[in-house]
Amino acid sequence: MYAAKKYTKKAIRQDWHRNWALYLLMIPVLLFYLCFCYKPMYGAIIAFKDYDPVMGILGSDWVGLKNFTDFFQSSDFVRVFRNTIKISVLNILFGFPAPIILALLINELEQKKFAKTVQTITYMPHFISLVVVCGLIKDFVSDSGVITSILGMFGFPQVNMLQEPGMFVPIYIISGIWQEIGWGSIIYLAALAGVDQQLYEAASIDGAGRLRQTFSVTLPGIMPTIVTMFILKLGTIMNVGFEKIILLYDPITYETADVISSYVYRKGIVDSDYGFSTAVGLFNSVINFALIIISNTISRRVNDTSLW
Amino acid sequence: MVIKKTPQRRIFEICNIIIMLALVVVTLYPMIYIIFASFSVPIEFLAHRGLLFRPLGFDTIAYEKAFTHPLLLSGYGNTLFVVIVGVCVNILLTSIAAYFLSRENVLWQRPIAFFIIFTMYFSGGIIPMYLTVTQDFNLQDSLWSLILPVAINTFNLMIMRTGLAAVPASLEESARIDGAGHFTILFRIVLPLAMPTVAVMILYYGVFHWNSWFNASLFILSPDKYPLQLVLRQILLSNDTASMTGGVDAGSQLAVSETLKYAIIIIATVPILCVYPFLQRYFVKGVMIGAVKG
Repeated sequence: MYAAKKYTKKAIRQDWHRNWALYLLMIPVLLFYLCFCYKPMYGAIIAFKDYDPVMGILGSDWVGLKNFTDFFQSSDFVRVFRNTIKISVLNILFGFPAPIILALLINELEQKKFAKTVQTITYMPHFISLVVVCGLIKDFVSDSGVITSILGMFGFPQVNMLQEPGMFVPIYIISGIWQEIGWGSIIYLAALAGVDQQLYEAASIDGAGRLRQTFSVTLPGIMPTIVTMFILKLGTIMNVGFEKIILLYDPITYETADVISSYVYRKGIVDSDYGFSTAVGLFNSVINFALIIISNTISRRVNDTSLW
Repeated sequence: MVIKKTPQRRIFEICNIIIMLALVVVTLYPMIYIIFASFSVPIEFLAHRGLLFRPLGFDTIAYEKAFTHPLLLSGYGNTLFVVIVGVCVNILLTSIAAYFLSRENVLWQRPIAFFIIFTMYFSGGIIPMYLTVTQDFNLQDSLWSLILPVAINTFNLMIMRTGLAAVPASLEESARIDGAGHFTILFRIVLPLAMPTVAVMILYYGVFHWNSWFNASLFILSPDKYPLQLVLRQILLSNDTASMTGGVDAGSQLAVSETLKYAIIIIATVPILCVYPFLQRYFVKGVMIGAVKG
């Protein structure tokens, strides 16, 4: 894909003759990337400046790494760094196996109609907007909410769970699994459908029971998919999205809920501390970039699959 | 080959079905709860605790209030505008870029592909983006701020590139011999043949626009330009319902505002849930195309 070419004068002329209309069509596309992707990348240099909106990006004074050192020395640094890693790791620990288990269970269903129905229904929450999902979460775990009432029957205190710092991460992860388990299982179901059926026959002739077949045929069959997804997931470990966090958190739960991206949002958009928050965001982007490159390289070595 | 089932296998199958049914109930119940709650009599609903198995009484006051809510209708209109215009822009630009990337014999393809793909892995971040949109392009408080900055989603572009690459090159070659240019080949031959992929793109972008709220919360200032999801956020997450239930006495006002929330969720989500069962296989197809190594 995208083969390397020799840029001789003749090749350039021939290519222009053949493809000039194509390049003309591409102008709006390239303008989009320039304006809304590369212009903000250029704008990120305000991370090294004391940004003043009146002076603009070029006119503001350079301050070197001051914004970065301010961040590393602030008490918030440890908190948002720790929360980002904690939420990510727990999310992978519980959120990653869930769709695989679901796919394996759906695969074992004998009535294919029933299996299809289960699939259709479990995919659905993926399409419900985050605002609605968070509105529901807030309602269901409030002091008089449905989930709080049910847990109350088992002796849990009837409090607004979103105001409890210890409850934020469980709520975040469980609701995430609820919303994405079905959608996440699609890729594994596709891998399962690709497992060679003859292997099952061979295994059962060799006397393997269904459980044995699952461990000796099914799991090895979908292992490349699992490994690839896992490695790619590890690449996003420092990248916890802020949308759901800022819809659910509250000053009381900042202690456990505030992550790097939500911190950037709050410092930048709410407090208008542009230079500082850009620096925090840039720090995060650079780490993410490195992690994705590393995980992709590993994935390519291990499995010959990668994002590019 | 018929194998007799062992007793363990039978037990497993029954457990499996029970687990699946439980999952279905857990997935669907919140949506059923919303429907029941929205039709309940407000006062009764406010006094109720725990699960609902039917509407408490029957009252459509929540829907009456919802439809007279000043921001709901304008929100619907704004969202429709963004979805329709936004998807047109998305599809036009994404298909041009996907066509470009899926061609063979394009000299500058490799550097341009790098230029595009790099943006998937590195971005300037939210603050420079915010400054770009509001200061360089002056799009603050314009609905175009919800369309132009998200005109191409590069992940979607990669899915579409894979889809377009599957169109046989021989068809284009023969069209080219007949004198067709790139414009004709793209819009008359490649896109019609790749209609399933285009459908997937329309759905992905459409749902994205319908559900997105964050950019609007950054860029849109005047409430009459709020898209639906931003109106929803105000009502669901800021508890700002008191202002719109005027004309009812104070006690039942609080009660109505509770059922009103659910009525508004229904009104905002029904369009997606209505089209969902019919289009589900296209959504799934998108995952499949994307899963093929590009």
